Formats: sequence, C-alpha cells, structure tokens
Amino acid sequence: MPTLTINGRSLSVDAANDTPLLWAIREQLQMTGTKFGCGAGLCGACTVHVNGEAVRSCQTMVGDVAGKKITTIEGLSAKGDHPLQKAWIAEQVPQCGYCQSGQIMQAASLLAKNPNPTKDEVVAHMDGNLCRCMTYSRIQKAIMRAASEMRTASASGNERRPT
Amino acid sequence: MNKHINNVTSETTDLSRRSFLVGTAATGLVLGYAGVPGIGEALAAPSNFEPSVWYAIAPDGLVTVTCGKADMGQHIASTMAQIVAEELGAKWSDMRVALASNDPKFNDPVLGAQITGGSWSTMMNFDAMSRAGAAGRMALMEGAAAAMGVPASELAVRDSMIVHPKSKKQMSFADIVKRGKATKTFTPDELKAIKLKTPDQYTMIGVSVPQLDIPSKTNGTAKYGIDVMLPGMAYGAVVTPPVRFGATVKSVDDSGARKVPGFIKAVTLDDKTGTTSGWVVAVASTYANAKKAAQALKIAYDGGPNAKLSSQSLLDEAKRLQKLDDSGQFFVKDGDPSAAFGSAAKVLEAEYTTSINIHAPMEPMNATAEFKGDILHIYSGNQFATRSGAIAAGAAGIDPKFVVMHQMWLGGGFGRRLDADMMIPAVQAAKAIGKPVKVIYTRENDMTMDFSRPLTYQKVKAGVDGDGKLVALSHDVVSAWPTARWGIPDFLTPSVDKKGPLDSFTVNGADFFYTVPNHHVRAIKNELAHNATPSGQLRSVAPGWTFWAVESMIDEIAAATGKDPALFRIALLDGKGKNDGGAQRLRNTLLAAMGLSGYGTRQLPKGEGMELPASRRRNAQPRAGRPASPMSRWPHRAR
Repeated sequence: MPTLTINGRSLSVDAANDTPLLWAIREQLQMTGTKFGCGAGLCGACTVHVNGEAVRSCQTMVGDVAGKKITTIEGLSAKGDHPLQKAWIAEQVPQCGYCQSGQIMQAASLLAKNPNPTKDEVVAHMDGNLCRCMTYSRIQKAIMRAASEMRTASASGNERRPT
Repeated sequence: MNKHINNVTSETTDLSRRSFLVGTAATGLVLGYAGVPGIGEALAAPSNFEPSVWYAIAPDGLVTVTCGKADMGQHIASTMAQIVAEELGAKWSDMRVALASNDPKFNDPVLGAQITGGSWSTMMNFDAMSRAGAAGRMALMEGAAAAMGVPASELAVRDSMIVHPKSKKQMSFADIVKRGKATKTFTPDELKAIKLKTPDQYTMIGVSVPQLDIPSKTNGTAKYGIDVMLPGMAYGAVVTPPVRFGATVKSVDDSGARKVPGFIKAVTLDDKTGTTSGWVVAVASTYANAKKAAQALKIAYDGGPNAKLSSQSLLDEAKRLQKLDDSGQFFVKDGDPSAAFGSAAKVLEAEYTTSINIHAPMEPMNATAEFKGDILHIYSGNQFATRSGAIAAGAAGIDPKFVVMHQMWLGGGFGRRLDADMMIPAVQAAKAIGKPVKVIYTRENDMTMDFSRPLTYQKVKAGVDGDGKLVALSHDVVSAWPTARWGIPDFLTPSVDKKGPLDSFTVNGADFFYTVPNHHVRAIKNELAHNATPSGQLRSVAPGWTFWAVESMIDEIAAATGKDPALFRIALLDGKGKNDGGAQRLRNTLLAAMGLSGYGTRQLPKGEGMELPASRRRNAQPRAGRPASPMSRWPHRAR
C-alpha cells in the first residue's frame, strides 16, 4: 500500500501504483478540492504541487510520487488565507469555481519562484489552465495583486514561506 | 430527513393555495411559503419544516437563504440572498446560502417547477423573495415591539438591528429569534398587500456585494456533484456506443473486466425514458478501476437507424425540408413577402449554417444514486430538478414523488445540466448492485454524448424597394427541436398559422425589432436530426444562430444598397406597430454605442473595422399565467 506525504501528513492509500494521483487524493483521502476535468492533462483542473512544482495529478501516478512532498488546495494555507486565495476573493474571481483550485495551485507555483512576474509571464505560466466561465482577466488581476501583497509582506519582514 | 416526501402532492404546487409562514423553532426563525396542508404540522413542530422554506434565521443571527435555482457560476444564490436582505434589513455579512432539494415547495413561484435557464431567475423570483424578506422584517418588528414595549410603527430596521430611536432601545435579529416570540402568519392577500420598497429606497439592490459562494471556491470546500461521497459507495464508468443515439447492445463480454481488481458488475442500461441508447456502465470499487473495467469490456452493438448518418446527411435533409412549401410552422407571419419579392427592386438570398456545438462544462457529467428504503436519493448539480427527478424515477421504475434530488454547486451548466442522462446509469447501477453508485463521465463520454446545440440551416431572402428600403424578409430556420424533446407542452409555443406548437427556442431572435412590413419566420423541425442527434439548449439558445443570420443579412442588404450599416439599422428601428418599446430602446442603445465608439468619425487603421450588430433577445419564456404543473403530470418519458 503506497504512502503519500500530502499536506504535511503521511497517509497510506489503497491504490495500485498505476492509479492516477488525482483519484487517490479524491477518493481514498476524500480531499475533493482537486478536480477532475479531462483526464488527459489538457485542462489543469487537477493541478497539485509535487515538491513545489505544479503538476497535473491526472497524469501523475501514485507510484511515482511516493516519498515526495505533495500539496493540494486544502494544504496551500492553514486557513484559506494564502495571498492568492485572499486576492481571489478580493477580485471576486470564481464563477462556477470548478477550475479555480487548479488555477490557484498553478499560480502559487509561479509566485513561489518569481515574486514579481510580468503580465506576460503570468499569461505564459497560466496558459494550460482552462476556465469555461472565462474568468481569465480576473485571474490575472488576482495574481498581480497577490504578488504585490507578497512583496510588501516580504519587505516588512513578514515573509511567508512558499509551499 | 425524508419527511417532506409527504408533502409531494399536487396541492403543494398550487400557487393560489400558498400561504406564508413565519414561525419560531428551537433552531431559529423560519420563513417561507408553504403549502396550506403543511402549515399545521409546521406550527406544531417547526423544526421539521426546515429546510422547506426560502430562508431561516438562526439564534446566532445568521440568515440562510435556500436557493431554488441551480447556481452554475452566475451567482444566483447570492442574488436571491441580496433580494431577501434588501427587504429584511439584514446585514450582508449575516447572509448565507443553501441549495434547495426538488421539494415542490421550492418551485419557481412563476414557473411552478424547478428549472434554471433563460435568464429568468431574477425576474421571476424578485417579487416572491422581496415579499418573503419584507414579511420577515414585519414579524421581527412585531416581536421587537412586544419585547421593548413600544409601538412597532416607531421602530427602524437596519443591518440586522431593530432600533427604537425615541428610547434608544435596540435589539438584534439574533436577540429576537432567541426569545422565540416572532410568530406571524400571512395570508396570500396580506402578502400581496405588503408595500415593498421603491427603487429609490434600495440600499442593497444595485450594489455590488461580495458573492457568498466565492470563499468556498478558493479553498476547495465547495461541493459539486462529483465531490459527493456516500458510505459504501461504488463507482461507475460508462461505455457509450459509436452512434450518438439509436444503437442497441447485442452482447457484453465481461471476461476481461473480471480480471480488474475491485470490479463488481457490468450493467447494460434498460432506459425506458428514451434518454440514452446502447449504454453499459462498468461498476467497481474505485473510479480508476471502473475505467479499467470499462475499457476491458467487449461489447457488440447494433448501430441502429442512425449509424450511417453524418452532419452532411442532416444538412442535406434540412435543405430538402426548407424547399418544401408546407414544411414547418410560422413563428412570424406579417404581410406577404412572396408578393413583395415580385415587385422588389432588388432581392437578396443567403444561407447560414451552424454546426453541432458542445457545451463542455469543466465538471464532467456525473450523478450519485442511493436507494434508502422507499426513497431514491440523487446527488447531482442539475438545472431542471423537476424533470430530471422524473427521469431518474423512470430509470428506477418508481413514482417521481419518491425521488429526492440533492442539489449541488454546478461546475458549469450552459444548458447541459438541463438534462438527466447521467442519472440513468447511476440509478440502474445502484439498483443492480444494491449500493450507492457514483457515475462520472470521462471527458470523451462528455464530448460525444452531449445534448448539443443542434445543427442549423437558415435560408434568408430579402426584398428591397427602389429607395433601398427593406420591404420583405423571409427567414426559414431548420433544426432539431431541443425543447420538443422534453415532452412538456407548456414549453412549446403555438404557431401563428395554427399548425400546432413549435419550439420557439429554435427561432427566438428572428422576431426582431426592425420594422419590415412583409416578414415571415418559419420554424422547421429536422426530424432526422432530432432523432439522430438529441439536442439541447446552449446558453442564449436560438439567438446563437438567429441573430447571426439576421445581422449578417442586414449587413448584406446595407452593402448591396450602398448604405451605412449602422444608419440602415437606425432607420429600421422606427418603433412602429408591434415593435413599439423595444425598438426605441434598441435604437437609443445603438445611437449611444455609435457616439461612445466614435463610429463614423474615426479613421481606422488598414484591416480594422467596427461592427455594430444590434439585435436584442425578447425574453422568451413558457406561456405566461399558466397554473403550476403538478409533479404527477410531468412525463416519465421525455421524447
């Protein structure tokens, strides 16, 4: 039975090694914030972090991530207060909301490495995450807002660690 | 929890017999419309009445509005809360939302059913939610007046507080609810007599407020249909045939699937609702295993009558039907275009075709079914609980009144979730294995088995007189008829030539606001397409193709007569005859848009242009003023 290190906890899952991580997270661990959209790595709804990198969990097999550090939307922040999550609320980003966990996780991996992205860098980084409600312009605004707030917090010594 | 099943009778859906209840319970103050038969029971034990009401105020002062509309990202639940809060006088931060079950007491007060679409929700619920809010405020004020020992007429309500300015006494909604004294019943006449605020008194309406569902959609806690988890649940993956509709399963060989760990059963659907054909669902302990098992099934099909059809055959049939004089029914029949073409200085003709168009919401179709005693529970985000519950019942072979639909947030709707196909494999798999089953479509299932926007073929012919004036327009629209598939007569529209009902959701928008003395619009059902490619409503529905054809043709005419396309439209929007109010509003809008954009005054770079199409959708809706339909009249069979 593979053991996953997920959101800071070690959890064993009753799943074969060739099971997509997405389904182990959703069904075995019942963390349903990570979404199934296409099962083919084409939409980004299932995005999680593996060792800090944004990956598509529908294309990542359980056997390949044993021992690695996995973070889902549930573990991005203690109280849903990551600067991106706060910015998402401030900009009123979500409509149906289904893609937004993946959008936030994708954006978080950018800001962890690049605290001052240009708009073009944001667009390039977010390019593979689809939103059928077309909230893209608000997503971009929210990322720029969060980046700005993270820089301010960092400058005032109140730095938060990237996940 | 299933108590409300007792209330599923035709009486409870009859609007004229509705009353309004305000009562207090151990759990708080509950307010809402209730069927008269339920009121006695509710007064005796109001806690049982929850959540069969539009909103409740808890002893902590939180106001939870139950939204009877599907929320697919249009934030309608927050809108309902906003309307209630305006009249109730509640603070926005005290507002919460919950999603309604299919209990008929949550039916739309105008439509008498639970259906979300057509941009109807706010318009049709505004009055009911306003009155519900106002009645609650009145009940709270009476309770406060009694507690304070002052006349209710001297009280003011604001931000969940009731204040008596003279004595400086005040009570919060929470204080009043905790005392349990706010009890008041409104008759329908009393409800109707409540004087609502006028727009100049609004403090909430017209203000942009933080939408109540958004925080849950930033931290993964919002629950969509696909997120439902039930104890002992199994998972189903569907195998769909190579033909969209009409195929049947000849045989299923599950020997390969049996080798998949956790495989439970392959269930061939027996769908008497006519929604699906030739589907098999592979059931296993996990979805990953269900998918593996589905892939391992060897299924032989009879392709059925539609196996050899293509988009081209549907288009050819559409063209054939359009050429026939007696095809279809008239949606608009003003004057005599044929005669006018004969005397016209110039006649233009154009064909417009649109392809099948897929909804593709981000959340793939899914449903979870559980049989518990006599009750079938369905968990799914759905736009048409009233009909979908009946389809689920049809799949189970039970009466629709024994189906409880648990509404979830919708990961996109766009009209796709008006349908109930996803419930059929879930219901029949749950029945076959005696456990709850969640069925999830793969993206491939979702794309190939959509109830798509239909393929359309439009023929438009226009006649212009010697002055370049548009004197005649004939417009034929040939397509599958998505609304006819529902089997609900109230949603169809009588034809003006009295040749039976037509699906106005295929021609809306062709009844434009331009003044054209000779104007015909014919709705022609493409029966071949209707049967081969079961269609659905997608977003704006008919204007997706009718506006395009009309506005393109208007441009063609303007170009052919050497007129400025915007000014040509302004001239057609003279507001004469039946086009009174709408044409003037549209004309003003177009003039304003021209002014704001600098139309005609700016030199645009080479290769750039300015486009000003001006159509506006009339608000298409089912026949107004009809009594609410009892659930029992809703069809089990939808085709």
